[in-house]
Amino acid sequence: MWQALYEELKDHGFVVIAVALDSREEDPLPWIEAAAPTYPCLIDRDHRLADLYDMVNVPQAVWIDERGTIVRPTEPAGAYEGFRRMDRVTREMPADAARVTAQAKATYLDALRDWVRRGDASEHAFDAERARAHAPRPTEDAARAHVLFRLGQHLIRHGQPDEGDRWLAEASRLHPESWAMWRQRAGVTELGLAAQPDFWARVDALGARRYYAPVDMKGMP
Amino acid sequence: MAILLTETTETVLPDTRAEGDRLWLSAAELEAAIGWSSRPEGFCRANICVPVPPGREREFMRGGQIDVAALWRHLGQPLAHSADGGAWVLGTAAAERESALRSLQAPDFSLPDRTGCRRSLSEHRGKKVLLVSWASW
Repeated sequence: MWQALYEELKDHGFVVIAVALDSREEDPLPWIEAAAPTYPCLIDRDHRLADLYDMVNVPQAVWIDERGTIVRPTEPAGAYEGFRRMDRVTREMPADAARVTAQAKATYLDALRDWVRRGDASEHAFDAERARAHAPRPTEDAARAHVLFRLGQHLIRHGQPDEGDRWLAEASRLHPESWAMWRQRAGVTELGLAAQPDFWARVDALGARRYYAPVDMKGMP
Repeated sequence: MAILLTETTETVLPDTRAEGDRLWLSAAELEAAIGWSSRPEGFCRANICVPVPPGREREFMRGGQIDVAALWRHLGQPLAHSADGGAWVLGTAAAERESALRSLQAPDFSLPDRTGCRRSLSEHRGKKVLLVSWASW
């Protein structure tokens, strides 16, 4: 997805930095090889990016201008909650949910193109006041969860997988909004597909609530 | 022996001993591991000094050693350690994260690519950056 966009926009002083929140560095390699990215594709075993930018899932993104200033803080990168209406066996979405999901993605990518071409003049780049109003507010529990997550990953990599996994479980308990921590652990414990019922249980637990705050972008569903 | 992990460093401390929630370091180890030094005016890093509360010196210092865990808690920062005291992680408080994000200066980081080569966000200053997370899971 990002390679085509990068090719399209790279001559406008634009780069994609894709960060894989993957604790086992071999896991993202097949995906990277298939995508053959020419932009930097980095591997973040400890989910440091999620800690620094208060990300809770993938794909989430931040827009950063030429001066290193955040002009759009962490938000879902064109993802929409259409997956919540996915058929849990066939993994197909009803037509209306698929349409809205496609619309969210197209809206996001068009806004990104507009910003890359027009910079601060783009209505999609926030001024400082709006950017600050949208800045995430991490909780103390989330900060502590990131410490425990790092400890757990260190222990798993250094011959103490059982204790490491206990810290990951505690991290996830402290920071339930982070589906990244939880889904990573589901992989670490080799639950694999067995984690699917748990995943849908989490989705169902949201009830009528949205998982992501609505994205403040013109045209975004 | 203990290993001390901060946001950006991993320091092996061969002579260090953990005692429960305490981790005693020499002044030199403390400075090497976390950049804070012990001075007469308190604990200092760059031009910031945090005084040791009067009468509580023994909570922080013992025979030339410093309890880095007590210092870290005193600074209001989160930390955790393994059950055997062999691995310690010093983290960053939510308030500090929030104020960094509200400054709008994108926090820098350096992470390896698939060849192990470390790349930093700040290398791309002068370009517009889409910084995006993804995962195999």
